[in-house]
Amino acid sequence: MQHAIEAEGLVKTYGKGAKAVRALSGVGFAVPRGTVFGLLGPNGAGKSTTTKILTTLSTPDDGTAAVAGLDVAREPGRVRRAIGYVPQKPCFDPTATGRENLTLQGHVHGLSRSDIRARGDQLLERFGLADAANRVTKTWSGGMQRKLDVALALLHQPRVLFLDEPTTGLDPEARADMWAEISGVTRADGVTILLTTHYLEEADHLADRLVIIDRGQVVAEGTPEELKGGLDGDAVQVELADPGQQTAASAAIATVRGVGEISVDGARLHARVGDGAATLPALLAALEGASVPLASVTVARPSLDDVYLRHAGRSFHSADRAGLTGTEVAA
Amino acid sequence: MSATLAPVAPARPDVRRGLALRQSVYLIGRSLRILRREPVYLAFTLLQPMVWLLLFGALFERVADLPGFGDISYLEYLTPGVVVMTAMMSAGWAGTGFIDDMQRGVMDRNLTSPVSRGALITGALAYQAVVTVVQSLIVFGVGLLAGARYDGGPAGVLVVLLCATLLAVIFAALSCAVALTLRSQESLIGVSQFLTLPLAFMSTVMMAPALLPGWVGTVARYNPVDWAARASRDALLGDPDWSAVFGRAALLAALTLVMAWLATRAFRAYQRSV
Repeated sequence: MQHAIEAEGLVKTYGKGAKAVRALSGVGFAVPRGTVFGLLGPNGAGKSTTTKILTTLSTPDDGTAAVAGLDVAREPGRVRRAIGYVPQKPCFDPTATGRENLTLQGHVHGLSRSDIRARGDQLLERFGLADAANRVTKTWSGGMQRKLDVALALLHQPRVLFLDEPTTGLDPEARADMWAEISGVTRADGVTILLTTHYLEEADHLADRLVIIDRGQVVAEGTPEELKGGLDGDAVQVELADPGQQTAASAAIATVRGVGEISVDGARLHARVGDGAATLPALLAALEGASVPLASVTVARPSLDDVYLRHAGRSFHSADRAGLTGTEVAA
Repeated sequence: MSATLAPVAPARPDVRRGLALRQSVYLIGRSLRILRREPVYLAFTLLQPMVWLLLFGALFERVADLPGFGDISYLEYLTPGVVVMTAMMSAGWAGTGFIDDMQRGVMDRNLTSPVSRGALITGALAYQAVVTVVQSLIVFGVGLLAGARYDGGPAGVLVVLLCATLLAVIFAALSCAVALTLRSQESLIGVSQFLTLPLAFMSTVMMAPALLPGWVGTVARYNPVDWAARASRDALLGDPDWSAVFGRAALLAALTLVMAWLATRAFRAYQRSV
């Protein structure tokens, strides 16, 4: 078995007749074992629907999927023993303590008491939850609660872990903390992770490979670097001290070798360049020659946002807003 | 942080065989723990049956003077009725636990774990049975303290407990099925309110069979609350016609199986919608 997850031609429609909402129209991808695979897309793109099919929670109208080498439609019971799932919504029992949550989950999986105890202790320790373990979880912080969700999903040593937007709603510190835990999990245990996220930087940071999903379809696939490399060069952003000089500035920049398209946005000029570091000195010299004073200059590698814009034909954030105001069924 | 975790032995095949049953037991434990940690809810769960018995007992005390009630006190007549009515009303809320779990991700996690749908339903229904037995014993205790005497003795009490438990399981299963299908607390409350009080009044819970208006008597014959109330009362108040008692208990048992099966099926409706 080469791939931990294989999905092909997944189609799913919610509702019937005029109210039908097509959530997936032919999603397919393959996830190599032991990697973190990102499913990136705006709200309503079909990420959660894909995850629900792969975790046996939902069934596709068409298409096939295998997880840990097991067909999700034919052997859902065996798939469930092989996976851990952290849904988008918190999934711990708030009236129980951390340890009680872990104990029940262990029993559900039919683990022995001693295994539950030993592995539960290790997970609590590793996620920094040991001190709070015997407190009722509704008193825990949001970051701790989310880590408990992940610990619950890891208790029975799954081969594939599904994380559906694991950091949504967490503050930046808790998010960074969760990122560190997620990368630790794959490195230490060889677990394959399918991570859905609508944070571009999260996919960039964590995913070894990723697919971009938009309107129920895969629009791009590759490593974050490959996807960004597919775009032409870097982005240079110049902020003028005097907005009135944009025409002069733009003319000056256009004379520099290696500068591609230039767009003007008030006092800000964006230019695409082949190699940011090499072009910058000439660009600055040209601006100085034209006596244009600057407020700031930044050079950036292309972001996944740029990739998304390229492949989906709309900016990620406008797609995200459209997804939120549209139907939530497909979220 | 990234130290390798100890491996765990997966459930062995022989362990798996009894797994569904043990999962139910752990799920009952979970529900009892939730009840224990909500002291106000627990207090009202235990107080409610006392209130019914004492309130209706006082309000309708003179009703027993009417011909048709025989020579027993109204409190004695009312006790088995209040037991089954309480069982039904508490059970009507059984689905709220499922809705709480659905609104969080707990239901989704359970359904992607190797826990059987049957175990999830059995756990919820068996928990309701435990609550019903405790509530019923409280009603008996209060009745005895208030001076009621039950000629049927321990055998009569056991029959009442059995009927009340079956009725509780029927309504708990219905409540769970509604919860899984409609997935909204408000809808569940609506359905439950709509059903429980009318079903209690369209029965012999409070009024002797001979005194029911004609059409109510007809409805009562098809009302499971009345099956439970009659079987309970006959067994508890002495000298019962056992074949009639067991006939009604058998009807309740059959309906219990049908409802439990329906509730398990309702998971399909839930999974289609997620």
